[in-house]
Amino acid sequence: MSSLKNQIFNLLENTACSLPTDVENSLKKSASKSKGNERKVLNEILENVQIARDEKVPICQDTGTVIFFVTYNPKKHNEEFLRKEINSAVREATEKSILRPNSVDSLTDKNLGNIPEIHFMQGKKLKIDLLLKGGGSENCARIYKLPNSDLKAERNFDGVKKCVIDTVEKAQGKGCPPYVVGVAIGGSVSSTAFESKKQLMRKLNDKNKNKKLNDFENSLLKEINKLKIGAMGFGGSETALAVKVSTLPRHPASYVIAVSLSCWCDRRCSL
Amino acid sequence: MFTLKLNTPLGKKEILKLKAGDFVELSGTVFTARDKAHEFLLKNKFPKIKNKIIYHCGPIVKQKGKKFEIVSAGPTTSSRMNSYTPALISKYSIPAIIGKAGMDDNVKKALKGKAVYFAAIGGLGAKYAKCITQVKSVYKKEFGMPEAIWELGIKDFPLVVGMDAKGKSIFK
Repeated sequence: MSSLKNQIFNLLENTACSLPTDVENSLKKSASKSKGNERKVLNEILENVQIARDEKVPICQDTGTVIFFVTYNPKKHNEEFLRKEINSAVREATEKSILRPNSVDSLTDKNLGNIPEIHFMQGKKLKIDLLLKGGGSENCARIYKLPNSDLKAERNFDGVKKCVIDTVEKAQGKGCPPYVVGVAIGGSVSSTAFESKKQLMRKLNDKNKNKKLNDFENSLLKEINKLKIGAMGFGGSETALAVKVSTLPRHPASYVIAVSLSCWCDRRCSL
Repeated sequence: MFTLKLNTPLGKKEILKLKAGDFVELSGTVFTARDKAHEFLLKNKFPKIKNKIIYHCGPIVKQKGKKFEIVSAGPTTSSRMNSYTPALISKYSIPAIIGKAGMDDNVKKALKGKAVYFAAIGGLGAKYAKCITQVKSVYKKEFGMPEAIWELGIKDFPLVVGMDAKGKSIFK
């Protein structure tokens, strides 16, 4: 049995080099629906995904911010041990060119290698989920507080829709569409942002258990694809692959919306 | 698939002929530069990039002994370099820029009559790395791997003319 560190290293390698099947299938579906230049671009993307998997090289050179969601049983593990194993695996993956050194000291501007973001939760069994979150799409994320007079967005789902459309419209091709769009409604600025990012971990073909949210996700996807931004912002019908929405309880005075975007390269994997 | 073949150095006639939307394959030499390198290039003299093509890219590079090997090297978002680019084009007579998702109107103006912006396809790290035949040199390595200036030999780099020298753009 390999050590936990080795298992985490393999998780990092798989996530950086091999796109999840559901994302790849969704891109294939987009390619088959698209025409002309957009189809060319999507076929290039699919070829790249194949090269990366075959040759075990990172799909994209931006291997992102390394984000771990760790569920553990406190009777069996402790955070200090898990943190040590994760840091050690991340260091090795960086040394072996699986991850680009992507952490810069904001004070000195020195490159620090990779400092992972680790979120611990307690549960029955050990489960480690990993998201490699690209910087280009991260820069396109937005937070809104409704009502928003610029967008004429009120405190209802129509207002939420206006926020989501605004985020994607402003992102254009900068975050590498077709996007996966994560939306959170409610909460507070910090929890809402986190919740919207967690939506990027969902399988693209899953169904929201809440019918109202499921219908909302489908209608948002349709609206986004009417924007004609297209794959890589070159124009076309394939602006987003999926939209995932979640809600949190909110303060009566607050109605916070967070919209997180993932590039087409939505790299996530679980151990 | 990308039918028009181009080689560096690009001639002025060639540049003026390129139209926004053309799919091309570029071979020759390019220099990577991101935010930090742009700041350095504007503050200092760096004659090596005179008349050379700039690639907005922060690659993953593997060092084997004294040799470097490119592992993954797609484009980064060009708009971060908007404010530096007109001055960079004029200071070093840059004939072309390769990047992702286009640049602003000031850059469009700076390109007019003399330079083009090539859009690379974002996320194609593995594919573009295969088109990089050689790491010729590295400058300002102390900036860190993504921010250093990498001089690269490329072959058949698949690109789209994103903004041409006549002010046309494929981007909104």
